[in-house]
Amino acid sequence: MISIPNTLKISFRALRVNKMRSSLTMLGIIIGVGAVIAMLAIGTGASEQVSKQIASMGSNLIVILPGSTTSGGIRMGAGTTPTLTSHDADAIEKECPAVAEVAPVLNGVAQVVYGSQNWSTGVVGTTPEMLSVRDWPLQSGRNFTDQDIRSAAKFCLLGKTVADNLFGELDPVGQIIRIKNAPFTVIGILASKGQSPTGHDQDDTVYIPVTTAQKKIFGTSFPGMVRSIRIKARGPEYLEEAEAQIKDLLRQRHRIGPRQDDDFTIRNLTQMMQAAEQSAKVMTLLLGAIASVSLLVGGIGIMNIMLVSVTERTREIGIRLAVGAKSWDIRLQFIIEALTLSLIGGLAGIILGVSGSGLLSHFAGWKTIVSPLSILLAFGFSGLVGIFFGFYPAYKASLLNPIDALRYE
Amino acid sequence: MFLIETKGLNKIYDLGESKVHALNEVNIGIAPGEFVAVMGPSGSGKSTFMNVIGCLDEPTSGNYLLEGRDIGGLSRDQLAEIRNAKIGFVFQGFNLLPRTSALENVELPMLYMNIPTREREERARAALRMLGLEGREHHHPNQLSGGQQQRVAIARALVNNAPLVLADEPTGNLDTKTSIEIMELIVKLNEEAKITVVLVTHEPDIAQYSKRIIRFKDGEVVSDEAIKKFRVQS
Repeated sequence: MISIPNTLKISFRALRVNKMRSSLTMLGIIIGVGAVIAMLAIGTGASEQVSKQIASMGSNLIVILPGSTTSGGIRMGAGTTPTLTSHDADAIEKECPAVAEVAPVLNGVAQVVYGSQNWSTGVVGTTPEMLSVRDWPLQSGRNFTDQDIRSAAKFCLLGKTVADNLFGELDPVGQIIRIKNAPFTVIGILASKGQSPTGHDQDDTVYIPVTTAQKKIFGTSFPGMVRSIRIKARGPEYLEEAEAQIKDLLRQRHRIGPRQDDDFTIRNLTQMMQAAEQSAKVMTLLLGAIASVSLLVGGIGIMNIMLVSVTERTREIGIRLAVGAKSWDIRLQFIIEALTLSLIGGLAGIILGVSGSGLLSHFAGWKTIVSPLSILLAFGFSGLVGIFFGFYPAYKASLLNPIDALRYE
Repeated sequence: MFLIETKGLNKIYDLGESKVHALNEVNIGIAPGEFVAVMGPSGSGKSTFMNVIGCLDEPTSGNYLLEGRDIGGLSRDQLAEIRNAKIGFVFQGFNLLPRTSALENVELPMLYMNIPTREREERARAALRMLGLEGREHHHPNQLSGGQQQRVAIARALVNNAPLVLADEPTGNLDTKTSIEIMELIVKLNEEAKITVVLVTHEPDIAQYSKRIIRFKDGEVVSDEAIKKFRVQS
């Protein structure tokens, strides 16, 4: 039996003889592998971006919105009846063991002014817990304290966008801005968080103590009213438990009878975002599948060329059989030839795919991530393509009758 | 004991409507060291006979014993092994691998015996030297003359130390002068290296180099006679 290194030598020589043909055949695999890697890189990049946005919302997040009004049989949708209070928030924090932290929210839009600059932004009245609920670090300055909340202090935290628009290069911490004409001292700047999954600029916001919002900025229809409550569960596995506990507690506190509907809505943001992440993954798979088709076409190209090659070299096969080559020797020679084509094509395809996705993110601005797994996958797949599509021509060659093969012109 | 022995060898090609009896009850024995010419017009069965004793084809019925071993019923790969170890082929069209050096062409049979690279090269070089091709090791077939190509083919037939060389019209593509050179080389191999040679030819002049002539006609052996040496000299 012939050794593998000798077979390799024979295969390389055969491929060198037909340089143009070999490189064109390889091109099929190069494009296939390159496409698979680039498509997977685009897909992975997109789902990574979604994941990042989900993380920026804060993890294990539950949002409680007030219920809907029904007037004359027409229901108005979630949040139309103010039913939630700061006391609900306190109670949830105290009585629901699956809940880690709670932050009530009373928000609205207001004009904020500093010197000659002004900016319209979302003003959010909340508590110090908000920052940990949303996993939002401070860039500089300090958070509110519980004392600030109790005393309805006129302190505020600025989002990056607001800080940049009002202060430019200046350091806002310690400066006084006006919100609806009330003076507020800037005590901290929130780190930049970027876009939310829905495309909303999360940095375009000002945080003030919830009590200050209730009493001095937005006013309330009843004492302690808030527009929503944001809650962080202890962990992903506590989300459902937390939802159930909150539901029981709020029904009890709002005195809702067993046959009555809730006057609030609980939303699990994580679940929503997981769905978005899932769809990004499906897109990745889809892109990869489409690209695999081109790899398959490349494989068929290899098979085609190998069949031509077997026919062309019938006489050579006859000579080899006459001097004592066994079926396996001939089969191995052609399989290795096909494999060499597909693996060299695969390597070049990896280079094309990696540099292609680099160019895409550079010029088109798409986020792309080339994972080592996708490289391994594409390379392994191209090897399989070589063996699979090389096998039939090799098998055909090994079955040739030596007498007929020697006479072949 | 015979090196080649056939007993009631038949080869029938079934062409659907008609059957062609390419070999009909052929009984031949060839002893080691003989130099036999097989002659006959085309279609006489001499090529079929060569293919069968070269283990390239199997008889329809009858037995073929090579070194006393019946090759009937052996697998493709077993026949390949026998061809590799026992038989050297020299063809009319040389049948060298194109775009491959003389050295590598001679190495070819050893490649399939998995002989180490160094030994392979040494033996191939020695075989080429013996045939007067020193210095041409790295020439490709298209850079060699017909006579030189045939000598490379002979080197390839000898390199595995096969006891039997089958030459099928070895001078068919060569001019007279080169034909004489090649035939003298084959005679020398037969006489000095004691290699058994079976030569197929339709040229009486070439057959005269052998010591025994077997004539085929319509698949049957019609004559089998030794040549008296003085006729070669005339």
